[in-house]
Amino acid sequence: MIALDGLQKSFGDNAVLRGISLEVPKGQSLVVIGGSGTGKSVLLKCILGLVRPDAGHIRFEGKEMDGRARAAFLSRFGMLFQGGALFDSLPVWENISFRLTRGPGRLPREKAKALAVEKLARVGLGPEVAERFPAELSGGMQKRVALARAIAADPEVIFFDEPTTGLDPIMAGVINELIRSIVTDMGATAITITHDMASVRAIADEVAMIHAGKIRWKGPVGEMDAAEDPYLRQFVTGAAEGPIETIR
Amino acid sequence: MTAALAGIGARALRLLAALGALVIFTGQALGRLFRRPFEARAFGTALLQIGWLSLPVVGLTAIFTGGALALQIYAGGSRFSAEQFVPQIVAVGMVRELGPVLVGLMIAARVTSSIAAEIATMKVTEQIDALVTLSASPMGYLVSPRLLAATLTVPALVAIGDVIGILGGQLVAVERLGFNASTYVANTWAFLEPLDMASSLAKGAVFGFLAALMGCWYGMGSARGAEGVGRATKGSVVAAAVAILAANFLLTGVFFSA
Repeated sequence: MIALDGLQKSFGDNAVLRGISLEVPKGQSLVVIGGSGTGKSVLLKCILGLVRPDAGHIRFEGKEMDGRARAAFLSRFGMLFQGGALFDSLPVWENISFRLTRGPGRLPREKAKALAVEKLARVGLGPEVAERFPAELSGGMQKRVALARAIAADPEVIFFDEPTTGLDPIMAGVINELIRSIVTDMGATAITITHDMASVRAIADEVAMIHAGKIRWKGPVGEMDAAEDPYLRQFVTGAAEGPIETIR
Repeated sequence: MTAALAGIGARALRLLAALGALVIFTGQALGRLFRRPFEARAFGTALLQIGWLSLPVVGLTAIFTGGALALQIYAGGSRFSAEQFVPQIVAVGMVRELGPVLVGLMIAARVTSSIAAEIATMKVTEQIDALVTLSASPMGYLVSPRLLAATLTVPALVAIGDVIGILGGQLVAVERLGFNASTYVANTWAFLEPLDMASSLAKGAVFGFLAALMGCWYGMGSARGAEGVGRATKGSVVAAAVAILAANFLLTGVFFSA
């Protein structure tokens, strides 16, 4: 469904992506892991058109992702941002139904609000949250609201950017379970980027590891622990010693 | 010597590149005004925030300026036995220059800073990226409605400021300097010409546009982090104030060069 071929991106002298090729079939949940600064976020931003790659191809359903194709892609897309990225000036229900209240097929406000309340329930929040503003919510609640916004239009493709960053282990587990069940129930194609190995095990069908701007290892999540790649082993075990340089 | 010239050249090139980018940004924002969907709610919010909520600060600025102007003209005019011209000079001074310029500067302080800080914070917290992923144009949602609202409301604020400034001058002239109220009003109206009022409103429209443009430009171009938000806010107010004063000079030349 989504295919990346030879993607390259540099910022000045810093080559972040050095020829990334990946394929994500329809309905698959791919988790991209890697250390900080290895290009995971840049990879997502290239797909979204927020960063223009220097070279390479991005295809969605076989079509090159240019302006019009990207607009079509985004209309079937949802994303959970690392910090939630909820709009401060809008109440929760307007955040969730933002896409649905705009454009030619927009819903009346009452219907949009009812749908927002329904999505809130899907992520385990009550209707009383709908009228609150994002600043009035805890970090975990904001993440759930952002998840509700990501799934509001029943997207076919969902990206999750560091979904558990900043959450306590229990809330992180709740978010991981929600993501897994939503992706499974909706049959959506998902790409998640994370450092959190608990998230990887809960969310992934396939895992890809980026190191030094390239795909270091890719395979089913079940094969990850037995893989012999020393970079992947060091990352999975969290060992300080290994081929990945650490600053101590 | 060569290094110094190279440095000057590099700065000039950067300035030209920034100007070019600003022109493109302005063109894109204006182009968005004519494309669907029109962000009516964002426009309504901007009208309220830029227009209605600026009324107190505009009113206070104008009334004190008008009063001070009357006192200064009376004091200066008395040296030439020209105290009787206070109403006419207050009216012309407020309508042609002080009204639009002071309202423009107050809008730069209140509105430009607010726009820049809000948009820069949205950028830092990935809210602008979120807009893109929700199929909304940041230019259409954040920039164009503010530009249109400022261009439409600041002339109205300037007109209100002109009236309040003249009333401030009248209040001081009548209560403290012994002028007759009805004669003051009659002299004011008799001296003002349609061109004075037209120039005042035109300046208001241009200043409003520039104030909103600088807020949006610096906000959208801010770097990441709290420091980036601070720099965007400060830069936007300085740029808007300078742009307003420069535009005022040019517009005064256009309207009153003869």
